[in-house]
Amino acid sequence: MNKIYKNADEAVADIKDGAVLMLGGFGLCGIPENCIAALVKSGPKNLTCISNNAGVDDFGIGLLLQQKQLKKMIASYVGENAEFERQLLSGELEVELIPQGTLATRCMASGYGMPAIYTPAGVGTEVAVGKESRIFNDKEYLLEYAFDADFAIVKAWRGDADGNLVYKDTARNFNPLMAMAGKITIAEVEELVPSGEIDPNQVHTPGIYVHRIFQGKNYEKRIEQLTLTK
Amino acid sequence: MALTKEQIAQRIAKELKDGYYVNLGIGIPTLVANYIPEGIKVILQSENGLLGMGPFPVAGKESADLINAGKQTITTLPGSSIFDSAMSFGMIRAGKVNLTVLGAMEVSEKGDIASWKIPGKMVKGMGGAMDLVASAKNIIVAMMHTNRQGESKLLPACTLPLTGIKCIKKIVTELAVLEVTVNGFKLLERAPGVTTEEIISKTAGKLIVEGEIPEMQF
Repeated sequence: MNKIYKNADEAVADIKDGAVLMLGGFGLCGIPENCIAALVKSGPKNLTCISNNAGVDDFGIGLLLQQKQLKKMIASYVGENAEFERQLLSGELEVELIPQGTLATRCMASGYGMPAIYTPAGVGTEVAVGKESRIFNDKEYLLEYAFDADFAIVKAWRGDADGNLVYKDTARNFNPLMAMAGKITIAEVEELVPSGEIDPNQVHTPGIYVHRIFQGKNYEKRIEQLTLTK
Repeated sequence: MALTKEQIAQRIAKELKDGYYVNLGIGIPTLVANYIPEGIKVILQSENGLLGMGPFPVAGKESADLINAGKQTITTLPGSSIFDSAMSFGMIRAGKVNLTVLGAMEVSEKGDIASWKIPGKMVKGMGGAMDLVASAKNIIVAMMHTNRQGESKLLPACTLPLTGIKCIKKIVTELAVLEVTVNGFKLLERAPGVTTEEIISKTAGKLIVEGEIPEMQF
C-alpha cells in the first residue's frame, strides 16, 4: 500500500471534466491551496464544487471561477467574491445555496454511510421547496440527502504515511467531514510524517478515509480579515 | 436619543446570564462580546467550530488558522475547544447553545425573519443563519428599526425570502426593545428620550403598547 503522492499535480491528475468535487475550508481558512493551483493548471471543466464558500476573486475557489472551470457551485455563503456574483447573475454558473449545518451534515452522512438526514434548517423557506418533510415531536424537519462526490480534497496540518490526519485550530471546519465523504479523498498536509509519528489518540481523520496524501508546499495561508486588538 | 450600535449591543448584553453558551452573528451582534457583565462567565460559540472565542489577537499573534465565522482573526480563551462544522451545528440543533443574537433585514409580527437574500440585487447565502434560527430556543435580533429608505423593518409579514419562521422572540433596535407575542410585537422598553409615538410610527407590524413604557436602563 502506498498512499503517498509526489505532489498536487500527481494527486489530481485523473480529475476529469464533469467531476463532482468537495473542497474543504471555511472562507480561506484550511483550504487545499496546492490542489486548487494544480486544478487550475490541469484545467478540467464543468466541475461541480461542494464547498462552504467560493473563495475570493484571486484566491481559493475564485481561481477556478476565473478560469470558468465550474459548472455548478454548492455552498452556504458566497459573499466575498465579485466574479462569482457576476457568473451567478449572468446565468453562466449554476448555484445551489444551502444552510451551513445542512452542508456539513450531508457530508457527515456520506462518511457515516447514511443515505439521508432530517434537519429543521430551512423549514418554511425556499430551501424547503420540493423536499420531503416529516414531523417529529410536533416539529417539522426536512429530508436532506447525503452528498455523492467523486473526489474530496482536504487540507490538514499534519498527516502520516497511513493517511491519518490532524487539523489545526479552526482550519478543521469542513475538512474532516469531507475527508470521510469522497469516493477518492486527497489530503494535502503542511507536514507529512512517517507512519507511527502521530499519536493514535490525537488523530482527527483515520487513514481509512484517505486514499492519497502529499506534502504541500509554499502555503500562502491568506488572512481574509485581519482584526487586531490595539 | 436613538441608541448607537454599541448601545444596542450593550442593552443586549444585559440578557446574558452566568454559564450561557452564546452564538453572536456578524455586525451589531459581534459587539455584544465587548459588554459581557462582570462577574459572570459567558462562552462564545463560533459556528466554524470553536467554543471559548477570545478577543482579536495583538499584532504579530494573528494566525490564518484561527478565525471566527466572520472570517476575522481571533484568539482562544483558556478552556476553549475546537471541533468540526457538523458537531458545531449539532450542538446548535440539539439546543445546547443558550442564546443566539443575529441581524436581520426584516422581522414579522409572527416572529418570521428575512436576512439572507434580496432577489435580483444581493445573493450572499444564508451561511449558518437558517440552522441557528430553526433550532435555537432563545433568539434576539439586533437591527435598526428602519432601513436606509426609512421604511420599517418590523412588518406584518416579511417581503424578502425567509430565513426562518416563527422563531424570533425578542428584538432590540436603536429605538426600542420588543417582544414577539402571539398577538404581535409588544413594546417593552424605549431608548432614552425616544417617544412611544415615534416607535409606533416606525413600526409597520401590529404593535401592542400597554401602559407607560419604561426607558431602557444600562
